[in-house]
Amino acid sequence: MAVIEVTNLHKRYGETVAVDDVSFAVEEGEIFGILGPNGAGKTTTVECVAGLRAPDRGTVTVLGRDPQRDAAELRQRVGVQLQESRLPDKLKVAEAMDLYSSFYRRPADWNTLLESLGVADKRGTQFRKLSGGQKQRLSIALALVGSPAVAVLDELTTGLDPQARRDTWDLIEQVRDSGITIVLVTHFMDEAERLCDRIALVDSGRVAALDTPAGLVARAAEEQRVRFRPSVSLDDGLLADLPEVTRVERAGRQVVVTGTGNLLHAITSVLARNHIIAEELRVEQTSLDDAFVALTGRRFDDEEGK
Amino acid sequence: MSTLVKLTAVEGRLFLREPMAVIFGVVFPTILLLGMGAIPVLREPSPDFGGARFVEFWAPSALVLGLGILGVQHIPATIATYRENGILRRMSTTPVHPGKVLAAQLIVALAAAAAAAGLLVVAAWLVLDVPLPEHPWWFTLAFVVGYGALLAIGILIAAVTPNVRTANGFAMLAYMAFMFLGGVFLPRFTLPDVVVRIGDYTPPGVQALLDAWFGDTGAATAVGVETAGPPQLAQLAIMALIAVAAGAVAAKLFRWE
Repeated sequence: MAVIEVTNLHKRYGETVAVDDVSFAVEEGEIFGILGPNGAGKTTTVECVAGLRAPDRGTVTVLGRDPQRDAAELRQRVGVQLQESRLPDKLKVAEAMDLYSSFYRRPADWNTLLESLGVADKRGTQFRKLSGGQKQRLSIALALVGSPAVAVLDELTTGLDPQARRDTWDLIEQVRDSGITIVLVTHFMDEAERLCDRIALVDSGRVAALDTPAGLVARAAEEQRVRFRPSVSLDDGLLADLPEVTRVERAGRQVVVTGTGNLLHAITSVLARNHIIAEELRVEQTSLDDAFVALTGRRFDDEEGK
Repeated sequence: MSTLVKLTAVEGRLFLREPMAVIFGVVFPTILLLGMGAIPVLREPSPDFGGARFVEFWAPSALVLGLGILGVQHIPATIATYRENGILRRMSTTPVHPGKVLAAQLIVALAAAAAAAGLLVVAAWLVLDVPLPEHPWWFTLAFVVGYGALLAIGILIAAVTPNVRTANGFAMLAYMAFMFLGGVFLPRFTLPDVVVRIGDYTPPGVQALLDAWFGDTGAATAVGVETAGPPQLAQLAIMALIAVAAGAVAAKLFRWE
C-alpha cells in the first residue's frame, strides 16, 4: 500500500521553479530516499508532503488524505524534522519532550524514546548545551513523539561528525524496524546508499531516476571511468573523438575519461600511437556518484560550486 | 486550551532564565526609583512639580523604562529569534499552530510587566512614602492599554523585519524614542511643551499613569495644564487605537518563517 503518493507535483516561487514535475510513491515500512544536489527541489517537495506548502499543480496524498485539506489529521500522524529547526536555547530536553508530547492525541512515552535514542541522560540539559549529534537525536525524538505512521527527515546528518552520522543511521534503521515509514531527504550519496530501500534521484526539480540503490548503480554500470596522468601534455580531443568515450575531464594533472565498451583498450591504443605513457593508471568502479552523473548528465556537486 | 497553559508555563520558565530581561525589565525600574529616592533633594517637595516630590513625578517614568525593555526590546528580539531559528517552523509541523507560542509570549510579557508595576508601586509606597495609586482601576486600565500598545508595536517590529539583527536595530530605535518621550532620560518638565504633549499620547502613556496614580495632586499637574482626576480618555483612546492598528498590521504582515 502506498503511504505517500506524489503525482506531477509542480511548485514555483515567483519566477523560480523549485519543483518542476515530481512523481513518486512511498510504500509502507520502507526508507524512501529523496536524493539530489542542493537546490534540486527536495525540501520544497517534502514541504508539500508535510502540508507546509500548497502545490501549484499536481496532487499529493499522504495516508490517503490531502495534506492541505486534512492538515489537522495529518499533523497528528506525520512526524516531521525539517532542516534548520532549532529549539529555544534555554529549553531543557525534558521540557521540550513534555511540551511536544502534549500536542498529540496519542503521544509516545517520551522517556522510552529518549532512552532508545541514547539521550536519556540529557533530560535536564538545555538545548544550547547539546552537541550537534544530540540536537539531531532530540529532533528525531520530537518528530517521533506523536507516534507517527510516517516520519519525514530532512538533511538529518548535515554538520555531524562521521561517528555521529553513523550512529544516526543506526537510529533511523531502528525507527524503520519499529514500523514507521521514513522519507529521508539527503544530499549525501553514502547516506542514501547505506540507508534507503529505494531512492528518487531528484535533479533540477525533476525525478531523474527512481530505483533501489543497487538498481541505480546497475543502470550506470555500463559506464566506466579511467584515470591516469599522461607523461607529456595531451590534447583532450584525441580521446574525446573515440567512439567509446563519453566525457574527458581534468582533475589536477590527471585525466579522467568516462565511457563505455572496451574503454581501457581504446585509450591505451591512442596513447601508444602518440607515444604517451599513462602513469598512475586506474580503472574505477561505479558508485552512486557515477550513477548520478550517468542519469543526469552532470556532476553531483555542480551546484555547490566545487 | 491546555496546550496554551502548558506553552505559557514553559515560556514563563524560559523568561525567568533570561537574567537581562528579568533584571532590566522587572527589577531595575524599582531599583532606579529607590536610588533616586536616596538623594535627599529628590525626596523634598518642589515647586517644579506643583509642590510634589521628584520621586513621585518620575515614578511612572521608571515604570516606562521597564515596560519599554519588555515590550519593544524583549518581545521583538524573542519573536524574531523564534522565527529565525525555525522554532515557529518546527511547531507548524505539529498539531499546534505556532500562533499559540506567540500568545504564550504575550501572556508572559504581560505578567512580567504587571510584576514590574506591582513591585514599583509597593516599593515606592513602603520606602519612599509615595502614595498608592489614587485611582487604582484607572491605573490598571492605563497600564493595560499603554502596555498593550507597546507590545503591539513590538510585534509589529518583529513582523516587518527580516532577521534578528534588523529587528534588534529597529527595537533599539523605538525604545530610545519611547524612553525620551516617556521622560526617562530627561524629566518631562525639562522637555519642550510640544514634546511633552506628544508624550501624552505615546505608548505606554506616562501622563495617563501619572494622572491615575496621583489624581489632581501636584505631581500629575506639573506638566499638564488642566489635567485633574482620572486620565484623559482621549489619551487612552489614542493608545488603544495604536494598539489595534499596530496589532492588525503585524497580524497581516507576519511571516512564520
